[in-house]
Amino acid sequence: MIPSAFDYAAPATVAEALAALADAGDDVKVLAGGQSLIPVMKLRLADPAMVVDLGRIGELSGVRDDGDALLIGAMTTHHQVATDPLIAEHVPLLAKAAATVADPQVRHRGTFGGALVHADPAGDMPAPVLAAEATFILAGPDGERQVAAADFFQGYFTTAVDDGEILTGIRVPKYTGWGAHYEKFTRVAQQWSIVAVAAMVRVEGGTIAEARIGLTNMASTPVRATAVEQALAGAPLTKEAIAAASSHAAEGTEPASDLNGDAAYRRHLAEVLTKRAVIAAAGL
Amino acid sequence: MTVTEVGKARLRKEDAHLITGRTRYTDNLTLPGTLHLALVRSPFAHAKITSIDTSEAKSSPGVVAVLTGADVADKQGSLPNVWPITAEQKAPAHPAIAVDTVAFAGEVVACIVARTAAAARDAVELVDVSYEELPVVLDLEEAVKDEVLAHPDLGTNISATWVYDSGTAGSGKPIAEALEGAEVLIERTYYQQRLIPAFMEPRSVLVDPTGEQLTVWSATQIPHILRLLLALTLGIPESKVRVIAPDVGGGFGGKLQVTPEEAITVLAARHTGKPCKYTETRSESLMAAHHGRAQVQKVKLAATKDGIVTGLDIHLLADMGAYLGLVASGVPILGAFMYNSIYKFPAYRFECTNLFTNKAWTDAYRGAGRPEATFAIERTMDELAVELNMDPLELRKKNWITHEEFPFATVAGLEYDSGNYEAATAKAEELFGYDELRAEQARRREANDPVQLGIGISTYTEMCGLAPSRVLGALRYVAGGWDHAQVRVLPTGNIEVVTGTSAHGQGHETAWSQLVADKLGVAFENIEVLHGDTHISQRGMDTYGSRSLVVGGMAVLAAADKVIAKAKVMAAHMMEASEEDIEFAEGKFSVKGTEQSTSFGDVAFATFAGHDLPEGFEPNLDSEATVDPDNFSFPHGTHFAAIEVDTETGEVSIRKYVCVDDVGVVVNPLIVEGQVHGGLAQGIAQALYEEAVHDETGTLVTGSFVDYLVPSAPDLPHFTTARTETPATTNQLGAKGVGEAGTIASTPAIVNGVLDAVRHLGVKDINMPCSPSRVWAALEEAKTAGGVQ
Repeated sequence: MIPSAFDYAAPATVAEALAALADAGDDVKVLAGGQSLIPVMKLRLADPAMVVDLGRIGELSGVRDDGDALLIGAMTTHHQVATDPLIAEHVPLLAKAAATVADPQVRHRGTFGGALVHADPAGDMPAPVLAAEATFILAGPDGERQVAAADFFQGYFTTAVDDGEILTGIRVPKYTGWGAHYEKFTRVAQQWSIVAVAAMVRVEGGTIAEARIGLTNMASTPVRATAVEQALAGAPLTKEAIAAASSHAAEGTEPASDLNGDAAYRRHLAEVLTKRAVIAAAGL
Repeated sequence: MTVTEVGKARLRKEDAHLITGRTRYTDNLTLPGTLHLALVRSPFAHAKITSIDTSEAKSSPGVVAVLTGADVADKQGSLPNVWPITAEQKAPAHPAIAVDTVAFAGEVVACIVARTAAAARDAVELVDVSYEELPVVLDLEEAVKDEVLAHPDLGTNISATWVYDSGTAGSGKPIAEALEGAEVLIERTYYQQRLIPAFMEPRSVLVDPTGEQLTVWSATQIPHILRLLLALTLGIPESKVRVIAPDVGGGFGGKLQVTPEEAITVLAARHTGKPCKYTETRSESLMAAHHGRAQVQKVKLAATKDGIVTGLDIHLLADMGAYLGLVASGVPILGAFMYNSIYKFPAYRFECTNLFTNKAWTDAYRGAGRPEATFAIERTMDELAVELNMDPLELRKKNWITHEEFPFATVAGLEYDSGNYEAATAKAEELFGYDELRAEQARRREANDPVQLGIGISTYTEMCGLAPSRVLGALRYVAGGWDHAQVRVLPTGNIEVVTGTSAHGQGHETAWSQLVADKLGVAFENIEVLHGDTHISQRGMDTYGSRSLVVGGMAVLAAADKVIAKAKVMAAHMMEASEEDIEFAEGKFSVKGTEQSTSFGDVAFATFAGHDLPEGFEPNLDSEATVDPDNFSFPHGTHFAAIEVDTETGEVSIRKYVCVDDVGVVVNPLIVEGQVHGGLAQGIAQALYEEAVHDETGTLVTGSFVDYLVPSAPDLPHFTTARTETPATTNQLGAKGVGEAGTIASTPAIVNGVLDAVRHLGVKDINMPCSPSRVWAALEEAKTAGGVQ
């Protein structure tokens, strides 16, 4: 388990990081928490000539109140996301999802931004971020640009981040007062999600006013369960209504088949888990 | 003997250094000038090697040598199988480095020797191997047809066929009568999926060729066997080889092997004249260390309408993989004696066909044959109970050997010395709350609860203490099953115990100290246990098959008895008494009927000094003993699992697990508890999680722990463990062995529980591992089949 030799840069600022990327050319990888990159390098599935480590750029870490949104630094660890009081108050869905990532060691090393840019379809952070309609802040040689979550995830392990760019932060609108739940289905505790469902609901009286549902591992990218969201909007706050709405969960999804289950099983799981996630989010 | 240590839940002496990282695992050891190995492995499951170009690798920085099969063809011999189960057994030659063909994906085709591990690893990619792919045979039911051959030169995939028939063996009636006249006949096929031992410490070997002797450090369970067989395989005089098993991090049978990697490291060290080290990666370990289980079991069970079993017919296909491992051929045979388990019935036949396939070789894995046997009979007893509409526990009670019937000659030809299945089961029933859980199960069925409850039962017995040498001889195993110990008395009266067993997690240092502390009255702390180095422990048969305590431990006790006998002569001389009047208890020699006494330590020192010895007495209390067991030992137990099946997702959870094991007299309850917990985890893993999966080309799909699902603590329930204690009558302590018990009983208990939860919904069987997707698919299939009752 020894990676190929590589050059290594550890810039102290975003500007230095961008310069290092520009100098390195094509064969470069950005190292965040290393929980995915290091294993694939050790297996020699990746052998970049240069690794640019963002670990020493202090400004990329932490959670900030930004008015009607939270600004989460890309290098904020899963553990920080899971335990941060601002996130717990305003976007509890992120905290709940982050708490299910792998195991404590991984959550203390792995980063929010790193997991999003890695864009593993079975990863736990993309679907909640998509459901929350977050905005990705990218820094590049030509300055900063912002990408909506809906445009960020483009395919298996593929995002809108261009060569020479780095993700610096994620702006997440506040969902203060919304109920949230992340329902993750695995066979063993440390496994990647077979399917998971990120759900947020705003309840008014006895009715579900609004819902946001994101699905993990139901396609090559995280997907919104828009049909479920539409069916829930204005629906009575009952298990029966939620179950009926959840029967649309697999619509428009293209799940893979693997050792943990075929596509049909995943479609079925999406319905069951959506029902459970929404019921839990609604506090029923 | 006043018992003070045996039975005490002592913390293990070996743990302080292990858990604080002051370890001597093989990979921690480096000698000056050590060279590092990396291996080039075949990506194809079956192929001709048409050419190997090593020139680029040889000129890579830091590379000292590159060895191919052709380079070592005249030196590498063929890796050994020591259990030719029939005179006609077939096996392909097994070169450590493939010469012209590869027969499984992961087989070694070249070895890089370099100054650093990184340089060796870099050069692996520079070796250019051309292959011509050959057709693969992967499935047992295909392999037995002999249409595609794993080794075309062998002419067949069949290594051997082995039969036990109670009619011809004289241990019972012929099976034909039982099957023909059966009032009820249950026929089932079970698939024992292929498992990977997945020990925590990957295999590692360090070889020092400098000096007169070759010293081999290896992460092995079997330093003594390895010494002999490495010498024989590689044509080195046995006396020139020293093997050391330093700290070894688990084995589960997976390190009961003479491996290509060990042989290659020796070849590389001899080739370069320098110390060489090889440590496998986890990927290599999963791919190329031997696998386990991998059997198809066809079972016919005959019974009366009242539920009395009248006969059992077993037909087994057993996957040897691409080569015949050290004892692989005998693994199904160890199971052959256990299919009858704790039950008495008149007729039994067992037939096994050992087959080659183009997958990694298989061999012993925790329980080795016995878990497979127990699974088959315990699953089938449940099926019979369903067929007869009987309570599965009542059915077992009707058929088991009662405690008054011991010793009991079984239909498989063994003599069970002792046991009390009633007592263990009664205790388990009480701890489990069997009747309450059955009532809850009925309520949930009635309410059509999405989460259904099932109760899984498994009883078991196993043959431990491998093994009486005469039995091994009769089974054509080439060696014996004795073990050896030496008890050395130091001048201070402190003790060194040298054992022929080779602990790799079992806690022998603690347990053997407890044994000797009681025997000699020496403080636990003043006893040191030495093992795992053929220079120090010259004789031994090592550790596997729950043999260490009941064979090796008995050798320790026998050697200690000899020390006492010698010391009595000296003590009598010191106290000017007659030897017959000397009594020994709690570390003191006293003269019968007097106040006169002398301590063990005083006798030890007086012997060491040698100033005043009895006539003809050698100034040495050290003693040794070699013990060959008269019989196996037969631990047994009853396990219950309360299983919840979420019918919406197919998810299986274990709500409650109760086991009552009878392992005879217990030396250290904490160690026993640890063995039971670990065993349960591995048995549950087979039932629910683990499976080595290959694609249609023979590539291992579960090539990392992302896909090969080894459960960890959060995946397992609280275990309620308890014991009954029916001493073995075949050894002086009354111990039976505990290394495999949990693994054997838990797999069928879990699967029986899963099926009990969903059988009323129309599900008939689910292959292991009972993953959520499989359980859900079975439920869906039952629905579409209209199976809902």
